[in-house]
Formats: sequence, structure tokens, C-alpha cells
Amino acid sequence: MANIIEPTIFELSSPGRRGVKMPASDVPVTALPPKDLLRSELPLPELAEVDVVRHYMKLSKFNYSVDDGFYPLGSCTMKYNPKINEDTCRLPGFLFTHPLQPIETVQGNLALMFEMQEWLKEISGFAGVTLQPAAGAHGEFTGVLMMAAYHKLRGDTKRTKMLIPDAAHGTNPASVGMLGMQVVTIPSDDRGNVDLEKLKAACDDTVVGMMLTNPNTLGMFDENIEKVVNMVKDCGGLMYGDGANLNALLGIVRPGDLGFDVMHFNLHKTFSVPHGGGGPGSGPVGVSQRLVDFLPSPLIGIVEEGDADTAPLYGFVSPKNTIGRMKAFHGHFGGGLVRSYTYIAMHGPDGLKDISQYAVLNANYLQARLRDTYHIPYDRICMHEFVMEGRFEGSDIRALDISKRLMDYNFHPPTNYFPLIVSEALMIEPTETENKDTLDRFADALIKIAEEAKTQPELLHNAPSTTQFGRMDEVKAARELVLCCWLPENYEQMT
Amino acid sequence: MTYIPISPAERDAMLKTVGVKSLDDLFDAIPKKHRFPELNLPAALTEMEAAAHLSEMASSNENVREHLISFLGAGAYHHYVPSVVDHMLRRGEFYTAYTPYQPEISQGTLQAIFEYQSLMTNLTGMEVSNASHYDGATATAEAVNLAYAQYRGKRKKIVMSPTVNPQYREVIRTYSQGMGLEEAGDDPTQTEVTPEAMIAHIDESTMLVVVQYPDFFGRIFDYTKLINAAHEKGALVCVVANPTALLMLKTPGDMGADIVVGEAQPFGIPLWYGGPYLGFFTTKKSYVHKMAGRLIGETVDSRGNRSYVLTLTAREQHIKRERATSNICTNQGLLALGCSVYMSVLGKQGLQEVANLCYQKAHYAAAELSKIDGFGLCHTEPFFHEFVLCCSKPASEVNQYLLDNGILGGYDLGKDYPDMQNHLLVCVTEMNSKDEIDTLVEILKEM
Repeated sequence: MANIIEPTIFELSSPGRRGVKMPASDVPVTALPPKDLLRSELPLPELAEVDVVRHYMKLSKFNYSVDDGFYPLGSCTMKYNPKINEDTCRLPGFLFTHPLQPIETVQGNLALMFEMQEWLKEISGFAGVTLQPAAGAHGEFTGVLMMAAYHKLRGDTKRTKMLIPDAAHGTNPASVGMLGMQVVTIPSDDRGNVDLEKLKAACDDTVVGMMLTNPNTLGMFDENIEKVVNMVKDCGGLMYGDGANLNALLGIVRPGDLGFDVMHFNLHKTFSVPHGGGGPGSGPVGVSQRLVDFLPSPLIGIVEEGDADTAPLYGFVSPKNTIGRMKAFHGHFGGGLVRSYTYIAMHGPDGLKDISQYAVLNANYLQARLRDTYHIPYDRICMHEFVMEGRFEGSDIRALDISKRLMDYNFHPPTNYFPLIVSEALMIEPTETENKDTLDRFADALIKIAEEAKTQPELLHNAPSTTQFGRMDEVKAARELVLCCWLPENYEQMT
Repeated sequence: MTYIPISPAERDAMLKTVGVKSLDDLFDAIPKKHRFPELNLPAALTEMEAAAHLSEMASSNENVREHLISFLGAGAYHHYVPSVVDHMLRRGEFYTAYTPYQPEISQGTLQAIFEYQSLMTNLTGMEVSNASHYDGATATAEAVNLAYAQYRGKRKKIVMSPTVNPQYREVIRTYSQGMGLEEAGDDPTQTEVTPEAMIAHIDESTMLVVVQYPDFFGRIFDYTKLINAAHEKGALVCVVANPTALLMLKTPGDMGADIVVGEAQPFGIPLWYGGPYLGFFTTKKSYVHKMAGRLIGETVDSRGNRSYVLTLTAREQHIKRERATSNICTNQGLLALGCSVYMSVLGKQGLQEVANLCYQKAHYAAAELSKIDGFGLCHTEPFFHEFVLCCSKPASEVNQYLLDNGILGGYDLGKDYPDMQNHLLVCVTEMNSKDEIDTLVEILKEM
């Protein structure tokens, strides 16, 4: 039997225990529906409020978070999440408005969303923005649907291929796969740029477009970006930008100015929406002029112009050739848009540029401090992140061991084994919200770990040793597939 | 420099280590003519100014707690959220963590989501649940993806009831536009359709049947016969269920459903003008490899402690890329936690009280409203907390009159169903007092 550090909420249940009670009914009694429409039992836990609070408090302490310390997870932009955002998104006017209320009663919400569309357009250089997508991958799917719809409306039915560099996030090919298109992988050259020769060979009249992350997942801004964009456009393709790495570009360059046609924003990366242990995120999408008519429906628009004395009336509008609705209602309003709106309002144009400049400074500083100890395969000025190899000549230590050992020094590890084109990759993104002392302590720890790898490799093999939990048996989890639990009295019948 | 903790002296020292003279020198790779654009955005606000500005925007709305009495549901529901829920969601350890890729230091999130999966399977009567989808609509669209993958594209017909939430049907159409699906059943002029009438549409090319429970008009049907008929033709059945109703009603699992999805917003998530919400997705164990989304499994660590990890990740985008079951990455982790806290702190009895209050109050409202001249219940089937009121005037006029009197009426069904211009979908929850219901009745009497 495994040792149980904290029982599940089902194991903590005790029949007859009460938590929060509801008031008695104040209306005359109506008979319930016929018995054959009712459930026979409700096998859910019974606990007191204090039991519930202590359970979740205990669980919270098993987590490492940005509020605890440095979280340099590459391509995830784990920046500090300002506390004021937690207050603004919970204002009663936002919390207690129903998504189907008449527009006259929710002008505050609609004005915020309209302004957010305008701000994101200005930041990215695009002609239109939808706030509907729920996350980055959802935004990608939205973008790919629009690209397909664009070609289809032109009768250009031969186009079935999407060009995707080998360094791309897995969500890119997966989004394309959802539409049954064919993925053509384009390699990177030895400076971490798109290989222009290979791209040229792949560009023809069957290309839907290209999905490019720039800066890419090596943290490199493509030095030939204008050539890449022109090559794709010259063969009639559209350029998709993966906005996962937008934290490097605020006030630095606008993807729309570079010729991109479509890009998703990750509000939960660049614009400080907290990651929540895996969402909710928010993935608005910006598009160039030639795709604005294909945006999802509805968008927020002005339905009655205002004048000097009256504000305009905001409402919903539908683009002419819309791809349709991506989710119910209007996007991640409260938890996504209000937080990001607050964040952008508090930064202004200069503050946004500071974010990217310092994010890039911090990454280059760490890269400079680690260059002599770890091999950095694409070694030039990086953007907001960089990738190094987690291995040493003549040692069996792997990136995973280094990552686990970092936990003993009370740091969250970098992203491991991604991008796939670097062996034993460790992808490091410090963000702009870390000070020099933290970066120095992290670099010192990694330099010390490199030393330990030579002198005491067992420290790495057995890491982490100071955390509450050790390494997990992932094979057992996949083989036994225990995916849920039940009340103790129901175990026998369910297993 | 709002949240940047670096002094000018530290900046200069760091630039020196990097080997460049200024911050601007870090950006030489960017085409010069596009470098450093002037952004036309409002000047930065301080925290104090931002708090005041946002407060002003929020208070220019009329909300259902302070200004309006609400009988509006139709996919988003106003319920009481116990205080504990938000206190737990505000723990930085939960909300500022990433997806639990490093299980040794993410057991809080992992165990909480494992418990969420368990709560949802016990609620729906199904065998497995994933870690969440964006909302009820996208969870339903993912059910179509599962069925498509299950038949490897060899079956392409989907039979869908017109009484599935109209927005969900729209999202299914958006999601599936690359699949070349054949659709049957979804005719918004055939709103009196019974589950038995749907059976005629099901044949050997049908991959999936989609129904809602209670349906969009609030009616409760036992889908057992429909599900059996679908299974005879080899089709899967997806039931879109309201979680509050499931606290009282026979489970879709008991009816034999293959997939049960829905919107878990009623369980502890505020209305928030439509999002973020929480899509749940439960199914049978035999479909687990075709299911989208994250999945948490139980295991042990190197010290013999019971623990939890992300499992069956080979289905997912970061491993399988274009052959993944879905592109989903970030989902609704924190809201799944909120849903679990809600269910735990109300507990079995508190949850049953919520369901019973919804049922009782909705039936009181229905009885009183149908006594008014010119109003009546449109349907005779059993209902839970939503029902359709037939009016002698267009529902839009009724709603406008109610709004002028401080009441958010129901949902105007004429927006989605051309023959239902005089039909109002009314929702009553535990938040509506008898006084509020009586006020609604009095105002409609005066109309």
C-alpha cells in the first residue's frame, strides 16, 4: 500500500457531515418528477467547511508557483501576476452580468471589450481582432479556419499544405490536423533561422500558408523574416504568427508591419493573466485587412455612433464571411480580458516597451552567465528566451536530471526536451519580472549542478531529494489507468 | 517599469555582461524600418487610477445582484457561490502555477484535478472524465471529434436535436467544417421533436447522436430508448447535461450514454459576462484513448507516496503533433478546482438542497405565471429549473416591458427558432425569492 500524504476529498467524507447549508424553501411544495426520472443515489463527499479549507490549503502547499519563486519555463512566460488584476476582475459589475443581457445594460463590459480590440490592433499592427478564442491553441484553430476559408472563397481549392518549421510548438501541427490539412516541416538553418532554400522548394500553389513562431522556440528572431514572408506570399500563401513569444516584441516590432496575416495573442503569457495551474487562458486573434471579413462572429462594434454629449452604443456585429462561432458567448471576459485590460492600462506605450526590453535583457544576461558551462547550440543575441543543452561530455546526466536537481535549489525547472531540434534541450525564459539577484542565484545553481554532475552524479540521479514528493512512476500511471476515485463505501462495486 | 525589479545600475551591469551598450542594441535582428514603432495607446495609469477607472466601467453595467431581478438562463446560470470557493481560488500557489508538467512540485494541482475528474464521473454516472474543456459548447464539439476518430472518418453522419443549445450547434458547425459531415435532425422549425422521432434519422452511417438533458426548453426526457436504438446501428450518443439538474435526475450514464458533456459554470463560477466557464467531458473507459484534453492518473513516487501525474500524454499535441486527438493545451484548470471546492463545501446534502430549491421555485413560478391571462406553459413534459412560457405578445415586447420594470426576463426563443416569436425561456434558481417571483407575476398581470 502506498503511503498517503493527503487523503482525497472522497476519503475525507463522513456520512451526515454538513458544509454550507441552503435556506429553506419559501414556496409551496411541488411533487418531484416520476421516480423513474430521478437518480437513485448521489455518491458525493460529505464534509464540514473546515475540512474542505484544510484539505485545499494542504494541497496548495504541494505546489510551486510564481508567487513562491523563479519559474523560468520556456515559451510559457511565467511572469508575476499583479494583485490588482485579481481585484478588478472581481468587481460586482463584471462578476454578476449575464452574457445574454440586453446590450443597453452592459455598456461597461462592451466598451472594455471594444477598447481591448482596438488596443490589441495597435500593439500588433493588425486590422481586426476577435476576443472569442479561449486559449492559444483555440486561437490557432481560429486562425487556420480563417486561412482555409479565405482560399475557399477565392475558389483556390488546390491549397492543402501548411508549412511549419521544425522548431514549432506542437499545437501548430495539431491545429492543422484538426482541419485535415497536410503538414510540411521546414528545417531551421545553423543560425536558428528558417532554411530559405528548403522553404523556397516547398512554396508552390498548393500552400495554404506558413505558421511561424517569431522569435522562434530557440529564442531567435528570424534574421531573414522579410524574405520568409515574401516567399510565402509570392506563392499565394498566408502568414500565420504564433503569438506565444509576443513578450519579446511589445513596442519593438509589430507582426502586422512585418506582413503577417494572422496571429493569436496569449493573454495568459504576455498580458499577465495567471496560468491557474493550466488555465483558463485567453487567445484573441488579430488579422490583416484581407482576413477581417472571415473573423469569428460576433465581434464588438459600435452600433450607434455617439456625439459630443453621448457615448456611442456598443453592441455585436458579424463579419461578412465569418467562419462562425468558436465558443459559447463572447470569450474569456472576466478572468481574461479584464485582467489584461488592467495590465495594459497600467503600462501605456512606454511601459509595454520596457516589458520586452527587460525580458530580452534578462534572457541575454542568463545566457551570458551560462555560456561557459553549458553548450548553447544557437549562440547569438537571443530574444526573451534561449535554449541550452542539458548534457555533458562523457556523462550520463540528462536534461531531466538537471531539471529535477534545480528543484532542490528551490527553482522551477526550465522547459525540458523542447524544441525537439536540440538534444537534451533546456529552454529558459526568465521574463522581465525577475531581479538580478534571482538571476544570479539561478545561474550559480546551474553552474554548481554542472560541477555536481562530474563529482557527485548520484545527487542528480536521485533528485529531487528536498521536496515533499520524489520522482513519479509514470509507467505505472499509464498501465493501471486509475483515473478517478469513489466514496469508500462504493469502492468495491466500482473496482 | 511598473513590475520590473531592476535598478538602472543593475541594468548597466547586466548590459556589460551581455556585451552591448544599450537596451536598444539587443534588437539588431529586427528590420530597421519596423523597429520601435510608436504605439498610440493611452498613457499609463497608476494602480490607484486603474482601480478607479475599472470600477467606473464595472458600475456602468446593470448587474443581477444590485440592479436587476433575473430569470435569464439559457446556458449561463446565476447561483450562490459559497465564500470558501473564491478564498481557495485566490491562493497564489494555485492560480500562479503552470500546467503541472513537473509533478514533484505540482501535486496540489494534480490531486485537485484528479478529484475533479472523480466528482464529475460520480455526478454523470460515467467512467472517466478529462481535466476540462473551454466551455460546454467546445466540449460538445470535442465529442464530435471523438466520434469521428472512433470511426476513422468512415461514418460521417451526425444526428442532432434542434433542442440542443443553439450556440453549441453553431460551434459544432464551426469546428467540423473540415470533416465534410452529413447532418440530420437539426431543424429549428421542428421544435416539438421527441427523442423517439429522432430515431428515424439514425442509420449505419451515423457516428454520433447529440441530445441535451434537460433540453434547451427545459424538458426532461429519458433517452434510454433513443440510446439503445443508436447503439443498435453502431452510433455513439452524446448527452449535453446541466450539472445542477444531474444532482436530482437519473444520470445519462444510467441511460447508457457514451459521452456526457456540459457546462459546469453553475458549479461555483460567476456569470462573468460569459466566461471563462468550464466544459466538462466524461465518457466510457473504452474511449479514453480517443478523448481530447488532459488526464490525471494515480501512481506512486520514488518514496512510496501515493501521487498523481498527467497520463496518456501520447494522445496530446506536444507529442503527436498533427496526429493528436486535439490541439488542446491550456484548458480551465483553476475553474475545475473552483468546481471541486463548490461541490465539496456544499457536499452531498447542500447540493441536493440547491437542486431542490431550483426545482421547487421554478415550479411555483410556472404555476403562478400560467394563471395570468395571455400566458401559459408551452409544454407538458416534466422540467427542472427552466420552462417555456407561451405569451400572447412577442417575447421581445414582454422582455422590454420587464426590463423597464427592473427585471431581466427570460430568453427570447424567437432569436433561434422562427416559429417561437412568442416564446420566453424562463429560468428560476435558488437565487430567486418568492417575492421576486411574485413581483414578476404582478408586473406581467399589469402588462
